[in-house]
Amino acid sequence: MASETLRRPEGTRPPALPRTGPDRRTRRRRGWRQALRRDWQLYSLAVLPLLFFLVFRYLPMLGNVIAFRRFEPGGNLFGEYWVGLRYFRMFFTDPTFWEVFTNTLVLGTLTLLFCFPLPIVLALLLNEVRTRTLKRFVQSVSYLPHFLSIVIVAAMVMQLLSVDGTVNQLVRGLGGDAVPFLQQPEWFRTIYVSSEVWQTVGWGTILYLAALTTIDENLYEAARIDGANRWRQTWHVTLPGIRPTMVTLLILNIGTFMAVGFEKILLLYNALTYPTADVISTYLFRMGFESSNFSYAAAIGLFEAVIGLILVLTANTISRRTVGTSLW
Amino acid sequence: MTVGTGGSRSAAVGRRGVRPSRGRRVFQAVNAVILTGVVIVTLYPFVNIVARSLSDEAYLISGQVNLVPRGFDLTAYKLVLSDSMFWTNYRNTVVYTVVATFIAIVLTTCYAYVLSKPQLKGRGALVGVAVFTMFFSGGLIPNYVLITSLGMKNSIWAVVVPNAISVFNLLVMKAFFESLPVELEEAAAVDGLNTYGTLLRIVLPLSKAIIATMVLFYAVSYWNSWFTAFLYLDRQELLPVTVYLRNLISGATGAQSAGGVADADAVQAAATLQSVTIVLTTLPILLVYPFVQRFFVSGVMLGAVKG
Repeated sequence: MASETLRRPEGTRPPALPRTGPDRRTRRRRGWRQALRRDWQLYSLAVLPLLFFLVFRYLPMLGNVIAFRRFEPGGNLFGEYWVGLRYFRMFFTDPTFWEVFTNTLVLGTLTLLFCFPLPIVLALLLNEVRTRTLKRFVQSVSYLPHFLSIVIVAAMVMQLLSVDGTVNQLVRGLGGDAVPFLQQPEWFRTIYVSSEVWQTVGWGTILYLAALTTIDENLYEAARIDGANRWRQTWHVTLPGIRPTMVTLLILNIGTFMAVGFEKILLLYNALTYPTADVISTYLFRMGFESSNFSYAAAIGLFEAVIGLILVLTANTISRRTVGTSLW
Repeated sequence: MTVGTGGSRSAAVGRRGVRPSRGRRVFQAVNAVILTGVVIVTLYPFVNIVARSLSDEAYLISGQVNLVPRGFDLTAYKLVLSDSMFWTNYRNTVVYTVVATFIAIVLTTCYAYVLSKPQLKGRGALVGVAVFTMFFSGGLIPNYVLITSLGMKNSIWAVVVPNAISVFNLLVMKAFFESLPVELEEAAAVDGLNTYGTLLRIVLPLSKAIIATMVLFYAVSYWNSWFTAFLYLDRQELLPVTVYLRNLISGATGAQSAGGVADADAVQAAATLQSVTIVLTTLPILLVYPFVQRFFVSGVMLGAVKG
C-alpha cells in the first residue's frame, strides 16, 4: 500500500511542466492540484481498481496489435514484427470464416428475435396475475435457470436430448425413431435458441416488471373512460410505459449480438454440428488454442469486437434520435 | 352473469367496476395455462436430472425415467463421492469463490465509493474508463497472452484476479452510495473522520444490504464459472468442479460418437455419473436460492434505476 502515496492517480495530468503556459492552463493545473490536495484519500482508493482496469482490460486492448504483427507463443506480448493487414486478408479470403460469420449472424438474429420479446410477453402475462403468491411463485421458478452454471445447463440439455432422454421418449411415444439431436447440424439452432430462452426468459422479466409498477394507474383509468379495452390499454398505455426499458435492453442485446453464447456453443457443439454451430468466437478459439495461430485468431477477435462496438454505438445513436432513450 | 351465489366479496369486486367480462375470464384462464406451462417447462429438467441420478442404469438405457426415479440406486452417488478428485475440485471451487469474491468486493466497493462523489474532479473520466470496457474488450487471445506473460497460468490468480470488477455491479453500487444522505458523511467529516474512516465506519455499516447483494452476485458467478479455469489451469488437481463436470461430459460424448457399441455400459454409467455430478454441483445453489433470490432481484432493479 506504500506505493499509493507515490503513485499519481490515473486521469490526472502531470503538474510538473514548466509554468510558462497560458493563463487558462495554469488555472486548470492549479485546479487539479487543489483537487488532489483535498481528495487525495479518495483518489488513493481508486488506484487499485484503476490498475485492474489498465492491466486486465486496457492492456489486452493494446495487445490486439498482435493482429497486425507476427506473434510467437512465449515471445513478446506485442508480437515480433509488423505484417500489416496480412491476417485480416487471410480470414477475409478464408471460406470457413464466412461460414462461421454467417452462423454468427443467424444465431445472433434468432437469439435477438426470441430472447428479446419473450421476456416482455412473460412480464405482461405475469402482470395480469392478481394472486400475489401465485405470481411470486411463477417468478421464482422462472428465475431459477439463470443461477446455474453454463456447464450444468449444457449437461442438462445433453441429458434431455440424449438417445434415451425425455425428448426421444416423446419422439418414440409418437411413433418416431430416436433422433441423435446433438449430432445433427439441422437441429443445433433450435437447441441453442430454446435452451437460451429457457435460461434467460424469466430473469429478463425483472426489469420489465419493475417498469410496469411505475406506470401511473390514472392513465389506465383515462384510457378506460375513453373506451379502450384491455388490448388497447396494453397497446397505448402499458407498452409506451415500458418503452425506455425496452429500448435500453434492446441496445444492450444488440451490443452482445456478435458475441453469441460462446461458452454454451463450445460446450454443446462437436465436429458434426460445425456447419451450423461454429461461430466466430468458437472458430477463433480453435484457431488460437488448437492451431496456435495467435495473430490470426487475434485479428478475427478484433474484427468481431469492432463490429460489436459499432453496433452498440449505432443502436444508441438511432435510439437517441428516434425515441429519445439512450445509454449515455 | 357473475351474480349467482358468489357471495358478498365477488359482488363487491363487481361493484368496483372490475367485473370480469367473459373475454377477460377466458384470458385469465389462458394466462393461467401458459404460466403453468412455463413453470412445468422450467422445472422439468431439474426433476428429471434428480430422477436420473437416483435411477438404475437399466431404466435409463430403455428411456423410462421421467419424473420419478426407477429402480432406486445410489451406486453412482457412492462412486462420485468416493472420487477424491471430485472432492479436490469441489474444494477448489469453494476456495476460488471465496478468494475471488473477497477481492472483487474490495475493489468494487472502493471504486464505486470514489465514483459516487459528485464533487470529485475527473470523476467523469473515471466512470468512462470503467464503462467503456462494457462495450469493447481486448478479446480472448490478447487476454490469454497477457495472463500467460504475467506468469499467472496454473495458479489461482488466473481465476480470481482478471474478472475482479464487474462494471454492472460497480454501477449498482455507485447508485446505492449516491442514494445515501450526504449529511451523514459531512457530519463524520466535522467529527474528524478522514475519508477512510468515513468509508469504514459510516458508509460500510449502512451498506450491509448492498454488500450482501454484491457478495451474492459475485459468489454465484465465480461458483458457476468454468471457462477461465478451463483455459488457464492444466493440472487436474487445480480445477474447479465445473470443469470436472465438463470433462466428464466431453469424455462421455466422445465415447458416444466414436465408440458406438464398443462400450455401451461405460457410456451409460457415465450418463448416471453426469446426473449425479450435476445434482451435487447444483445443490448448494438450489439450497440457498429461495433465501437469496429476492436480494438479486432488488439488486438488479437498483441497477436499473440508475445505470
